[in-house]
Amino acid sequence: MSQTGPLTDSGLVQLLTPAGVRVEHPDYSPRIAHLDADALRGMYRDMVLVRRFDNEATALQRQGELGLWAQSLGQEAAQIGSGRALAPQDYVFPSYREHGVAHTRGVDLANLLRLFRGIDHGGWNPADHNFHLYTLVIGSHTLHATGYAMGVQRDGLVGTGDPERDMAVVAYFGDGATSQGDVNEALVFSAVNNAGLVLFCQNNQWAISESTTRQSRAPLADRGPGFGVPSVRVDGNDVLACYAVTAEALERARSGGGPTLIEAFTYRMGAHTTSDDPSRYRSSAEEEYWRQRDPIDRLRALLVAEGELSPEFETELDADSDALGERIRAAVHAMGRPATSSMFDHVYAGPNAIVDAERAWFQEYEASFLGGGEGAHR
Amino acid sequence: MSTTTGTQRITLAKAINLGLRRALESDPKVLLMGEDIGALGGVFRVTDGLYKDFGSERVVDTPLAESGIIGTAIGLALRGYRSVCEIQFDGFIYPAFDQITTQLSRMHYRSQGRLSLPVVIRVPYGGGIGAIEHHSESPEVLFAHTAGLRVVSPSTPADAYVMIQQAVASPDPVLFFEPKGRYWDKGDVDLDAPLVDSTGETGLDRAVVVRPGTDLTLVGYGPTVGTCLKVADAAAAEGTSIEVIDLRTLSPLDAVTVAASVRRTGRCVVVHEAPVLYGTGAEVAARITEECFYHLQAPVLRVGGFHIPYPVSKLEHEYLPSLDRILDAVDRSLAY
Repeated sequence: MSQTGPLTDSGLVQLLTPAGVRVEHPDYSPRIAHLDADALRGMYRDMVLVRRFDNEATALQRQGELGLWAQSLGQEAAQIGSGRALAPQDYVFPSYREHGVAHTRGVDLANLLRLFRGIDHGGWNPADHNFHLYTLVIGSHTLHATGYAMGVQRDGLVGTGDPERDMAVVAYFGDGATSQGDVNEALVFSAVNNAGLVLFCQNNQWAISESTTRQSRAPLADRGPGFGVPSVRVDGNDVLACYAVTAEALERARSGGGPTLIEAFTYRMGAHTTSDDPSRYRSSAEEEYWRQRDPIDRLRALLVAEGELSPEFETELDADSDALGERIRAAVHAMGRPATSSMFDHVYAGPNAIVDAERAWFQEYEASFLGGGEGAHR
Repeated sequence: MSTTTGTQRITLAKAINLGLRRALESDPKVLLMGEDIGALGGVFRVTDGLYKDFGSERVVDTPLAESGIIGTAIGLALRGYRSVCEIQFDGFIYPAFDQITTQLSRMHYRSQGRLSLPVVIRVPYGGGIGAIEHHSESPEVLFAHTAGLRVVSPSTPADAYVMIQQAVASPDPVLFFEPKGRYWDKGDVDLDAPLVDSTGETGLDRAVVVRPGTDLTLVGYGPTVGTCLKVADAAAAEGTSIEVIDLRTLSPLDAVTVAASVRRTGRCVVVHEAPVLYGTGAEVAARITEECFYHLQAPVLRVGGFHIPYPVSKLEHEYLPSLDRILDAVDRSLAY
């Protein structure tokens, strides 16, 4: 696929070809030298499990158990590669498709579905995982990440040289988000403040129905230098390359070197969400082209070629995937409807007479129905 | 930079300046952010001297991007910092509208109380200063209509000094609307004023009766309170006793204090610079009608801006709720 503009595949850092053959890179190969067979199998396992979860969630939506689902299908390498490069103390601001990154942060994947089932706007405690809540307004959270990194600077947790202390902040966003003012302002604010931020753009080539060519004439990574932000284009379906470029950017952020823009060139193999129909705007030939570049197949080919994928491992992984699917289904079915009056909770951190009065009125109204009590009139 | 104490006669702008200074001194996590608030001291000089005394890490000149200011303040709040953001003029808040309404207002709610965003947004607002377009607006109800935000506006130096400190201490985001036409009005300020009363209440969610009366309740906030007091003087000369209420807070709205007054007076006129259509006056009128219908001698009347963009400055004194227009409404109410 040799194109010009934002969809060119030239200039990508690649450590693994689509056939699963290793490529040497003078700058980035050393960053994965310590990843032994166990580590690679771990990444493979992560990717397989996240895809199984993703497929299960799609099925649950089709069965009416979720209102909506945003698939991460095809973006597993970008998410697992970057996520596995993070240190525990690093802090992540995801968009809403970062299920793989959530997995690397120890978020129970079942809890991601609380938002999509309509029983919670969040679903996990960000402080438990250094993984912020999903943000649905495109690009807004890149500024939150920038501010958070400015706070980290003020806390003196950048450039101490202590690998257990120095922390970086990562914001994930997509190709469509790069058109938003907030993302451009995040580049401005992080640059002038030298904030320890990694702006990780997954260019999956489609913002719902709009190709990246509707967002930009140039590769998205080219925007970084104009802001004074170092940038790198990486093969987003190459888990090793994604790991390596993220590790480099994290190191720059933690050491006080400021922000980095990463463009991970990948492909949204599924629909934007379960409400979308990609057949209306893109060709099956294009989808087939990218199916041949599946990020999971690529790592699998490497492990097979290097004799590091035993039948026992695969059998066990199959069983674990099935168990995960079953656990997710059971967890979703067990998610009860929240108490009606809970909609009045946490609007304000302090007391609020207006909310209190409306809650009291509503409870009285509910109690007024025959048989009384919450939800009695439904 | 020792703290000033005792009672001083100072301007409203200076009162906010001293309140900010007090907040910076008492909590190292407090930051000021905004355009030109550093060496310049802000276009209205409200942050004058603070950059020199607290440094560029705590009094931060930001890039010229309002969404960026509020968005990064949110991130700083998630990291434990309390940012006080200055929006240079009312009409320039709109680039930040998305961050304020879709992010700042609901983080506590959507995180089920796990995340608080104690961010203050200072907004010089209102007209009457002969300014050019976008420098005289009153957008406060756009934010009062958004759950999760508090919206307050002081009318006196004494209130401004205390309320800005209370806003900084609030666990919730606060839109702090400063009546820029009153920045240079002077008043006595007790610089040792406590931020909470003996019961631990701030009163930041309370309206106050600033002048008692018996015949009609006149409700204003921010820049219109002073005008309402002049109206009360003029009416008194004609034998009419007007009770003046300073709302002080639009969210939450203290309709209880207004209703208690109207139950005594039977008449109510609400005054603000913002357009009356869907305005604070409409909300007050609806609540008063619901809560004290049988005490009303006349419909609740509103005096405020028209359903037009803020006019050119040569016409703004006809647009703004002047003493004569308010007196006209008072007369119409009394004539019922």
